[in-house]
Amino acid sequence: MRKADIANEVFEKVGLSKKESADMLEVILNLIKEVLRKGDTVKIAGFGNFVVRHKKARKGRNPKTGEEIGISPRKVVTFRPSQVFKKHVNT
Amino acid sequence: MTKAELIESVSQQYDALTKSQTEILVNTVFDSIKEALSKGDKIEIRGFGSFRLRQRQMREGRNPKTGKTVQVQSKKVPFFKAGKELKELVDS
Repeated sequence: MRKADIANEVFEKVGLSKKESADMLEVILNLIKEVLRKGDTVKIAGFGNFVVRHKKARKGRNPKTGEEIGISPRKVVTFRPSQVFKKHVNT
Repeated sequence: MTKAELIESVSQQYDALTKSQTEILVNTVFDSIKEALSKGDKIEIRGFGSFRLRQRQMREGRNPKTGKTVQVQSKKVPFFKAGKELKELVDS
């Protein structure tokens, strides 16, 4: 499933035009991205939470050469699915 | 940001929709992702990330209260991988 398929679902269920459906999906995604960029959490009830986690610096190793390299501290996005979502994919 | 706040922000950016239409819109987006995953479909959203299922093996767990060993059944869990654009956005 790709963006166009989600937009099509919106088109069928919400009654917007195809263009509007695609645009609105983009609006939603951009709002979520903007919140995450600020480091805040996005909580979607019944779906899950998008959380920004701060990773500390650590030493890594190039698995090919065995060479040790430093990994700089960084921020990453993780998704924690809700109980409802987890149940849903197992039924 | 909660879902209610997301709906509020969306309706502020696009006032041709009523609040309840916006609510249906936002729910439809997340429900369609959920439905697709349940059917075993992968979801790839350019610039955002991808959702797929990960298989967890059956394992032995323990009831933390009684200490009794129990079998935890194998199961699937939703997994999200942030796309390149989102990764860079968050880490900048």
